[in-house]
Amino acid sequence: MREVAEEIKEEFSKAGVDIPVDEIEEKLRTLVDKYYVPLDEAKRSVANSLAKKYGVAKVVGVSETLEKIADIDAPKKWVNLKGKVVQIWKSESDVISQVGLIGDESGFVRFVKWKSADLPDLEEEKCYLLKNVVTDYWQGQYSIKLNRNSEIIPLEEDIEVASQEVVKEGAIVSVQQGSGLIKRCPMCKRVIVKGICNEHGKVEGVYDLRIKAVIDDGKSPQDILFNKEITEELTGISIEQAKEWVREYLDPSVVQSEIAKKILGRYFVVKGNIVGQYLLVESFEQLKDVREEDVQEALQKAEEMLS
Amino acid sequence: MREVAQRVFAKEFEDSNLSYKKGDEKYSPNYVLTPTGAECNRLFIVGTLTEKEDIGVEVEYWRGRIVDPTGVFQIYAGQYQPDAMRSLTEIEPPTFVAVAGKVSVFTLEEGDVRTSIRPEFVVEVDEDVRDRWVLETANMTLERLRALNEKSTESAKMALEHYDTDVVYYAKIVRDALLTLRHEKREITKEAREIAEEWWDEEDVEELEIEEKKEEKKDKREKGEEETGLDLWEDFTEDYFDV
Repeated sequence: MREVAEEIKEEFSKAGVDIPVDEIEEKLRTLVDKYYVPLDEAKRSVANSLAKKYGVAKVVGVSETLEKIADIDAPKKWVNLKGKVVQIWKSESDVISQVGLIGDESGFVRFVKWKSADLPDLEEEKCYLLKNVVTDYWQGQYSIKLNRNSEIIPLEEDIEVASQEVVKEGAIVSVQQGSGLIKRCPMCKRVIVKGICNEHGKVEGVYDLRIKAVIDDGKSPQDILFNKEITEELTGISIEQAKEWVREYLDPSVVQSEIAKKILGRYFVVKGNIVGQYLLVESFEQLKDVREEDVQEALQKAEEMLS
Repeated sequence: MREVAQRVFAKEFEDSNLSYKKGDEKYSPNYVLTPTGAECNRLFIVGTLTEKEDIGVEVEYWRGRIVDPTGVFQIYAGQYQPDAMRSLTEIEPPTFVAVAGKVSVFTLEEGDVRTSIRPEFVVEVDEDVRDRWVLETANMTLERLRALNEKSTESAKMALEHYDTDVVYYAKIVRDALLTLRHEKREITKEAREIAEEWWDEEDVEELEIEEKKEEKKDKREKGEEETGLDLWEDFTEDYFDV
């Protein structure tokens, strides 16, 4: 009992709160001895009530269980994760020190490290145990936030990141609004509309080129996203060309319709990682003439049904 | 949730007359169940646009006929399908086009049912896309036919109950559609040439020549076409016999 009390004290002192160990032990004993609460549950309950009393963020360090990234299913939950940083994007925001993508064997999640968290920087391709991070939910996707109560522990082990790589073959059946030439907020990289970022207000947007499309194999549709490089490779339309069209026609949608003309109704095989609802295309191939073997195979199946 | 775009041959879509809503709301999605059990809200089709016509009275309303190896799809585009309508005004038939759109069912006074498509887009494509669509649609139809034989899916059971579907009839349609893929012949020619170069003696090559000519004639009869087979044959003879 004393040990558990010491553990809790330790966790609270990390958050900068010093609680007499006797006080903790007494609370534990009340629950365990008097109310027959199992020790684990008592630990949790005591930590929670102390957190409330001392105004510390909830269940600090008490949840020792590790969550898998794919199990994140609610916002504002404190979790511990082990994962490998697969990508870091530069943040130009004053309050965010790092933004990136971390993955484990179950999936990927975007992370945001606040400047105020005063934590060391994460590096790409390195593995970490992230303690006491908070889940968040925005535009259909979960993310995690690293704040003052979070802890970053570098790991020696290598974490096998989920091969989220998916290959999908089918016809492009939709090129969606928001494709073509767009402007992003220089701070958070979100797409801005009429020069206004949802988070940062009026900003000087940065041009980008992308395609939001749907590939469909007759069994299920899949939302796909082409970034600037892949878009240029796929359509032969450079960002410079796109800007020129927009200047010439005074209409940003001209880029989207040019893209649509080139890819709608055509068959592709695309490869990439699934993040949220989208497959982020890393490579693609346009499918040309059919293979003779495939035709023969289908013919044979048809003949079998006739006999 | 976005609805999948089903692959169905025109003949099968023409034969369809069962439609229903899923859900009770005004905007609940509409479906057409085809005889082989494809539950279609959206279709993706590729074929030859053979005719187009503005049949609108006061506002533009375009009708197009898209022909695949088995039959005809009717598409109708009005002011609510601006992209598709613009394409229809621009594209000159005959040309290969790809179309995705929502299915629509219309019951005539005599009780006959007509199916058509409200296109989301109409784009010009090349013959490769058309061939791939025929192959893909053949495979997906065969899959559904197998499900009918095995009564293994809900929609298969529904289709059997409503249409009492003749599996052999649709298997024939699939086979005939596949036979229009002319690549088969091209490939055989190429392959045969390679083999002939390595192994065959004069006599075998002559036999191949006769076989090829027969194929060619049959082909021309079936398709009413002149050039392609002949061109191929000339290519072949020139290449191989050094004519």
